[in-house]
Amino acid sequence: MAIVHFSSNLSQYTGGLETVSIEASRVGELLRALEQRFPDLSGHLESVAVAIDGVIYNDATYQSIPPDSEIHLLPPVSGG
Amino acid sequence: MSARTYRYIGTRPIRHDGLDKVTGRANYGADFTLPGLLQGVVVRSPHAHARIVSIETQAAEAVPGVKAVITGKDIPETSARLALGAEGAFDLHDIGDNLMAHGKALYEGHAVAAVAATSIDAAREAAKLVRVVYEPLEPVMSIERAIAPDAPILHADMVTKGRPLPGTTGPTNIAGRMELKRGDVDQAFAGADVVVEREFRTSTVHQGYIEPHACVARSGEDGQILVWCSTQGGFIARDFCALILGIDAARIKVIPSEIGGGFGGKIPVYLEPVAIVLSHKAGRPVKMVMSRSEVFRASGPTSGTRIRMKLGAKRDGTIVAAQASLWYEAGAYRGSPSGAGAMCCLASYAIPNFFVEAHDVVVNKPKVAAYRAPGSPMATFATESLVDEVARAIGMDPIELRLKNAVAEGDHAPYGPVYGPIGLKQVLEAARAHPHWSAPLGPSQGRGVACGFWFNAGLSSSATVTLNGDGSAGVVTGNPDIGGTRVAQAMMVAEELGIPVERVRPSVADTDTAGYTDLTGGSRVCYATGMAVIRAAQDIAEQLRSRAATIWNVDRDRVAWEPGRPGRVIALDESPDGSVRPPLTIVELASKMAQTGGPIVGRAAVNAPMAGPGFAAHICDLDVDKETGRSTVARYTAIQDVGKAVHPSFVEGQMQGGAAQGIGWALNEEYIYDADGVMENAGFLDYRMPVASDLPMIDTVLVEVANPLHPYGVRGVGEVPIVPPLAAVANAMRDATGVRFTELPLSPSRVLEGLGTIAKG
Repeated sequence: MAIVHFSSNLSQYTGGLETVSIEASRVGELLRALEQRFPDLSGHLESVAVAIDGVIYNDATYQSIPPDSEIHLLPPVSGG
Repeated sequence: MSARTYRYIGTRPIRHDGLDKVTGRANYGADFTLPGLLQGVVVRSPHAHARIVSIETQAAEAVPGVKAVITGKDIPETSARLALGAEGAFDLHDIGDNLMAHGKALYEGHAVAAVAATSIDAAREAAKLVRVVYEPLEPVMSIERAIAPDAPILHADMVTKGRPLPGTTGPTNIAGRMELKRGDVDQAFAGADVVVEREFRTSTVHQGYIEPHACVARSGEDGQILVWCSTQGGFIARDFCALILGIDAARIKVIPSEIGGGFGGKIPVYLEPVAIVLSHKAGRPVKMVMSRSEVFRASGPTSGTRIRMKLGAKRDGTIVAAQASLWYEAGAYRGSPSGAGAMCCLASYAIPNFFVEAHDVVVNKPKVAAYRAPGSPMATFATESLVDEVARAIGMDPIELRLKNAVAEGDHAPYGPVYGPIGLKQVLEAARAHPHWSAPLGPSQGRGVACGFWFNAGLSSSATVTLNGDGSAGVVTGNPDIGGTRVAQAMMVAEELGIPVERVRPSVADTDTAGYTDLTGGSRVCYATGMAVIRAAQDIAEQLRSRAATIWNVDRDRVAWEPGRPGRVIALDESPDGSVRPPLTIVELASKMAQTGGPIVGRAAVNAPMAGPGFAAHICDLDVDKETGRSTVARYTAIQDVGKAVHPSFVEGQMQGGAAQGIGWALNEEYIYDADGVMENAGFLDYRMPVASDLPMIDTVLVEVANPLHPYGVRGVGEVPIVPPLAAVANAMRDATGVRFTELPLSPSRVLEGLGTIAKG
């Protein structure tokens, strides 16, 4: 089970939950599962970057998630 | 990884494009010309905030030589978005409206029309005859005014994205808000021995790239479009044009010119779609070049900010709590880097309790663009100033205090993820050991130190490596070369194939030639595109194994690549007659390409993860003339974890350049507006950037903590060095004068005000 940590911006759509365990093998699957569990999240996960055990991925739909990973959903950042 | 011995990585060869650049032969954005070329000029709003009542163009169209006049009606309004960028997806509606106002002029300099004519004089004359009737509105020029209950609203449909302040549901100038939190802040502050709190302000500043925005566009009768332009990314420029104008990307070819600086400011498009539309209407190619005044008034500076921050610490130096409220000006459209500022401001320290809120606020100034570590310098100015205050309050050496609280591998970043191998502690230890830190100061001098953080980006890149018949090679990527990336890529090919760097020709290709590659920005090119280059070169090596197997008539797995000097292929077995097969060098194999299967081309594409965070610490000695308020940087040292320096000279150059820009931000630079929101200093004479004679030689120390995500351990290096200088300079000012300055720039008049020599004006 991956442990997903929500930022304060996202936890307003999870009823205040800041952490949740989700079974998912890939990022796309994880995001769909989150939207099913927390329908208010729908539309707020479209452009998130996903950190898996400290490594941050953009466009990570097919990125695999190792068991017991620590997941953080972040606003995307690139730079100048 | 760190134990690998390199032949070329870490050396300092001459850059392939150096001679063209120092002799003036290199072609920049304004250098292109074509037969029948028209000159384009933009008509800009003189008002900072005004409703556009009407635009009449007949008089302009009647000027001899005028071939096309366009207004906002000629730029389609789109709701499309492009998922790239520093602060989420780019909003193409806003970019389109920023290209040319559709209903309101939202800042002084906002484009309202454009003219193309056979000469620049005719275009300028016609531009003066475009009659725009405005209904001036009150300009919103500060955060305070923008968030006042009776403030004029810039966008009637704007609501706060993210986590709105309670009760804000209707139209607002607060475009976005985010929060970060950890632990129990109130309890932690209550238990702190020392609490410091101040409000900080920074001004709107510009990247100040030497080369203004420039492009040539040709829209052909066949619907094919060519654009030559100075950009940080040919593909992003192409895709912006395609999406804004509703054209297939396949119909647009962007040829990036050499680029005279960008620092984030040449990621957006300002001229290219306008030039395309003018060219389409005129049936001739159109050239557009911004003046310096236009660059200041109508391209993208970075945010002015207001930041309130509080730190709490124990007597032993442990920082136990932080609280911050960040307010960033976005300019006329949403999209300030306030979120990145929030994520960066505490990233250097393991603080168990914090609450940070960040606000993105629209005002009647140019839409901000990315600027080197967007958002981090301003917020870090606040943090590092307060860390200095804590050190003073408890009588602790400021580097020791930072070392005590510095993040290390295994700590969690304030924005959530756990840090992998990072080098902040090593950087601080190098700073403490540097002779600069213990050198005596002059009587009017003070010394400051500050840290800085930036994420460093990954994103998508591709590369092609071609082997030539003589054993030399070419490498083609789609990243405009801003900081010496060509030579770095050639060095990577040289390293993998074992051929001299001089025998590798690196090229920046157009969008029809290179594989898709994201922008040159985010400190990503040497890291992400470098990964693609390395893999493409390794693809060549793999093919050489196959070719040798063909020559020796053995299975490929009985052949090994030996990346020596030169690279060569060795047979793992003896030949059937028992003799030892002599190795085949890359040169020998290249000469037999045709016989063994044809040309050898290596290619690779990556979507690199974003990591390898960068940390830096800077030490600044400031000499302050208390009579005139003038400050001079007497000595400056930049120390940074660079992962692995591929070409140390260019890494040092990035560090020096970032430091110089940060020093300018701290000491001199600011947009100055009059009461009507008109910029008063839109030129380098009055917008004072530091030049070489203003600064000492900036010393650099490269700390190399390998990034495990890159084959050589490379980290991005281009952005971190602009983060520490604001506070390093301000802390030095505090040390020299005994006064804590919380507003930048530290111009002579502000210093005199702070010292009480003159009254605040």
